[in-house]
Amino acid sequence: MASMRDIKRRKVSIQSTGQITKAMKLVSTVKLQRSKQIAENSKSYFDYMYRTVQSMLAKSGNIDHPFITGNDSSKKAVIMITGNRGLAGGYNSNVVKLITRGELAKEDLRIYTLGKKGREAMNRYGYELAEDYSEMIDAPEYIDAMRLSAVLLNAYRAGEIGEIYLAYTYFKNTVVHEPKLIKLLPVETEETETTTEVKAEAPMNFEPEETEALDMIIPKYVTSIIYGGMVESVASENGARMQAMDNATSNAEEMIDKLTLQYNRARQGSITQELTEIIAGSQAQS
Amino acid sequence: MAEDNKNTFTIKVITPERVFYTAEATMVEFNTTEGEIGVYKNHIPMTVIVKPGVLTITGEEVKKAALHSGFVEILQDSVTILAEVIEWPDEIDLARAESAKDRAEKRISDKTPDLDIIRAEAALQRAMARINSLN
Repeated sequence: MASMRDIKRRKVSIQSTGQITKAMKLVSTVKLQRSKQIAENSKSYFDYMYRTVQSMLAKSGNIDHPFITGNDSSKKAVIMITGNRGLAGGYNSNVVKLITRGELAKEDLRIYTLGKKGREAMNRYGYELAEDYSEMIDAPEYIDAMRLSAVLLNAYRAGEIGEIYLAYTYFKNTVVHEPKLIKLLPVETEETETTTEVKAEAPMNFEPEETEALDMIIPKYVTSIIYGGMVESVASENGARMQAMDNATSNAEEMIDKLTLQYNRARQGSITQELTEIIAGSQAQS
Repeated sequence: MAEDNKNTFTIKVITPERVFYTAEATMVEFNTTEGEIGVYKNHIPMTVIVKPGVLTITGEEVKKAALHSGFVEILQDSVTILAEVIEWPDEIDLARAESAKDRAEKRISDKTPDLDIIRAEAALQRAMARINSLN
């Protein structure tokens, strides 16, 4: 059995770890509140944007536009949003797995990273890395998303890349976060309730005409999805960290309880032993 | 819609960060790529692209804002402005807008060889939208 002093030392060390994880949990709870608010505020813009673009595409049928028909390049750009910091449970590695699990051929990919953790992992796996935008993820601003989408759209127009994907973590609620890989360009129409619903609505007119309007709206659409991905990922990261730290704290408490029990047992054991020794000693004398 | 004697419609201005403004309005005016337009109730459904200009919403009160980019979905009983960049007049620094306007005008009139005319004109339009929304 471990000595009393050893047990005590371990207990103290776990106690201080528990204090740290508890503090981290509190910090990420506060951050979560804020980032959740931001993510929720951006949702209505994003939803409108999505609906408008889908209804435009649903109504206009097959328009011959590079944003919809695609180009010849086999390169696929992936915008990968992870965190700059670890200790967030599976948050970072889930996004990494999303890309490495092999739906997309490794040699076609070019990864634009937001978040140091994702970049490190992709570098380890030997993926082709494009520019790094990790600083954006600390406090995402719409203007950052605009910058990023401009870079990608220019590459797309120039034919350097043929498809654009976004890998991020969808913030469903405080406890559920789903890693998601979605295709941004070429835009795909989904046969959903909204599209069938809008097909029934009065026909929409466009000014300027559709092809030209698409030319201007699609970049805004891409930007808004990227922005949405950024704010949702940040909220998910804080949520994941809060959960991870909560688990760590309760694990620490559990261990402390166990060690306290062991310590008391050891203490009792040593007292018993001492007593036995004293009694044995006094019996030997008499 | 004879029994519907209300002549107001719902106007929503949404930015990526927040819902900027919602109200019942009788008229809304703004600048599009095809020129300035004003929208009343029962407009035909239309989607237009915004050019920098002044957004004027006439409802119970008249609201002005500088609208820089985005697009607008017009339906018969609602107008939704998806604004990427929009500012209330009290968020605008007039002195800065005026100096930006002068700079842009100078760049355009100087015709320096490496002039990016599109950028300079866009800067001028933005500055003008800011200044005009204050008046």
